[in-house]
Amino acid sequence: MNAVADSGLVTAAAHRVVADHDPRKVPIPQFLGACFDAGLSWVHFPEGLGGLGVSRGLQTVADRILQDAGGPVPLALNPMGYGMAAPTVREHAQTDTVRKKLLRPLATTEDIWCQLFSEPGAGSDLAGLATSAVGDGDSWIVNGQKVWTSLAHRARWGLLLARTDPNVPKHRGLTYFVLDMHADGVETRPLRQLTGHAEFNEVYITDARIPDTYRLGAVGDGWRVAMTTLMNERSALGGSASRRGAGSIGDAVALWASRPDLHTPVLRDRLTNLWLRAEAQRLTSERSRATATVGGPGPEGSIGKLVGAELNQHIYEFCMDFLGPEGILYDGYATPDEKASGEDWRGSVQQRFLRSRANTIEGGTSEVMRNILAERVLGLPGDLRADAGMPWKEIPRG
Amino acid sequence: MAEELADRPENSAEFTFTDEQTQLRAAVRAFCAEYADESSVRTSMESDPPFDPGVWARLGSELGVLGLAVPEDEGGAGGTLVDQAVAVEELGAALACGPLFGTVYLAIPALVAASEPSDILAQLVEGTRTAALAVGDVAGEFDPTTVTVDAAPTENGWALSGNVLRVVDAGAADSLLVAAKGPGGTAIYAVDTDSPGVQRIPLHTLDLTRPQANVELSAAPARLVSGADEAERVITQALHVGAALLAVEQVGAAQHLLDLSVEYAKSRLQFGRPIGSFQAVKHRLADDLVALEHARSTAYHAVWALTDDTGDALDPALAVSIAQATCSAAFTRIATDTIQVHGGIGFTWEHQAHLYYKRAFTDAALLGSAEQHRTRVAELVLGIPGKDAPRIATGTPR
Repeated sequence: MNAVADSGLVTAAAHRVVADHDPRKVPIPQFLGACFDAGLSWVHFPEGLGGLGVSRGLQTVADRILQDAGGPVPLALNPMGYGMAAPTVREHAQTDTVRKKLLRPLATTEDIWCQLFSEPGAGSDLAGLATSAVGDGDSWIVNGQKVWTSLAHRARWGLLLARTDPNVPKHRGLTYFVLDMHADGVETRPLRQLTGHAEFNEVYITDARIPDTYRLGAVGDGWRVAMTTLMNERSALGGSASRRGAGSIGDAVALWASRPDLHTPVLRDRLTNLWLRAEAQRLTSERSRATATVGGPGPEGSIGKLVGAELNQHIYEFCMDFLGPEGILYDGYATPDEKASGEDWRGSVQQRFLRSRANTIEGGTSEVMRNILAERVLGLPGDLRADAGMPWKEIPRG
Repeated sequence: MAEELADRPENSAEFTFTDEQTQLRAAVRAFCAEYADESSVRTSMESDPPFDPGVWARLGSELGVLGLAVPEDEGGAGGTLVDQAVAVEELGAALACGPLFGTVYLAIPALVAASEPSDILAQLVEGTRTAALAVGDVAGEFDPTTVTVDAAPTENGWALSGNVLRVVDAGAADSLLVAAKGPGGTAIYAVDTDSPGVQRIPLHTLDLTRPQANVELSAAPARLVSGADEAERVITQALHVGAALLAVEQVGAAQHLLDLSVEYAKSRLQFGRPIGSFQAVKHRLADDLVALEHARSTAYHAVWALTDDTGDALDPALAVSIAQATCSAAFTRIATDTIQVHGGIGFTWEHQAHLYYKRAFTDAALLGSAEQHRTRVAELVLGIPGKDAPRIATGTPR
């Protein structure tokens, strides 16, 4: 593979898309559809499936050109779709027919995706989940309850992990499916969180039917398939390209600059520490992107998730301490209409502060992230597990 | 300002190493395994001079790693600072004894930066001569008002008088590069240490592998290296290169320690299991891994910033301060944790942990502390917000 030639190929394709479909003029789905057809949605995917078969690292090259021309950040519009569903469908769907049917509307954001993993009884111990899928001819009947499902109310498709065999140890009895969120027996209810908002949902699944063609990977192989998804989620959450001083550290620096009356040397040093940590993480993301191969994200993506989450919390804690008495006011807890105000969806500083509390829980707790770094990157031995080797149905639950 | 570094696609080459650099790394590592193993380091650090001149000469001539970034017509390898950094990282990992700091990090870069060709540069690169930079820095930057040596013209050159305190690697150096105030301003002079009027008083240092001496000059004969018109630029460049290479050394040593701790945590059994299976231990090591990867990113970013001669918005001083603030903190943290993870054995003279621990706190103090570099970063970045401040909720209806 010739890296220079590939880079030229990506650059040319991106310039062509921008020239033929000015993102400032055409509707977003049309623009993203053109990106998909040009192989720029995921440049490392095969041709015809939204890619060009080139190194994953070249995605940055395409994204810069597309976004500099005013194109949207697709990951923000369809996060589960771009970050998680696309790589999983690409790798594990049974046929190219399914791949094609699912990937293009995903890329255009006409089909929003959600992830149906966590359950009230299965958080960090995801492999202990209880939602069941029972074979019935050439389809599966699903029953159970999922929680913390973002975008479920808007989603057309859900990535579902369900138990197909309760008689074997927990990791071995899982299978991965794509669930039609419009199917009978799928009910979505909003879940109000401590910010007062409801970005997440509970999903109740009662005798919902999934055709076997919408199974991803082999029966009983759901855990391995889910790992593809989670690694992509973690690298998506913590590893997106950014400019120096962008993101939440940019919020803190802008807040600092806007209120010289509140400056103190101690706060200044605290902010500088945060800035340095954000910059070191940004450079580390750049570095892992530069050295990434077509093989996909590794456990190193966990660094980005771990640092990003804790940093975000520390940054907004700083903002609150910086604002002092002004910081302890709020917009009120009445659940607002979605995007009613048209402002930045993250809302006020105080709302961002409250929201950040979830960062070290969602997408893998920081405790789990540290285990992953220690065990998979450093090679340290795993912890003792009380449920090792036990059939799932015999594991104590509660 | 180093604003939009990340915006240029070609910068994706920033963090990748060439095959030649990978081979160079392997060669230096193999050399160190043979000639700079722990017992050689222990022998050297208690000898006079505190390194093996034969091994040093082989590093220069046989391996050719003392002047990798020196142009070929000045006796060097004609490579880049990245090449030099790769070698330094491995030498740092081994704690290789020799005047790396004085000769490779500071004196050679100063002579390369000087516009006039030097009569000693080729010998420094060959390892047949060593040097130290007798210029007091203030937190890693040059301040002409702190120069304590005076230069007076003589019949065939200059005579220097004055004292410079705590000069690293001065004790065994053949040449000193000295900043001195002459009739035309502050300039840089070379002094041969076997000349009359040169006195060096060796100091006991915390880190026996990084010696220091006070330098006393009384009408010592000297040659002009850099005139007053360029001395400040030359010294600033040398200090920046030195600080970047020091950061890379910190990364190499920290990586060595983390490897050591991980191996120990895997093999040391207590309560019938490896201590690395306890989360209290593995989470500490996971955090060390994050610190190390951040350090590596910032160190190589600084090296790259100094290599970049495109003359655009990149600010090497900022990149160097980011690296020094990050790497000093990372190395001291990892050295501290190494002793803790090793428990009692880590506190003995017999174990190598203390050699690195002392190097860690020495490196952190040289060319500016983490705190001093943080202050500089704050001055450079906190005044310029890249975006608007987020809205502050005021507690009133919107």
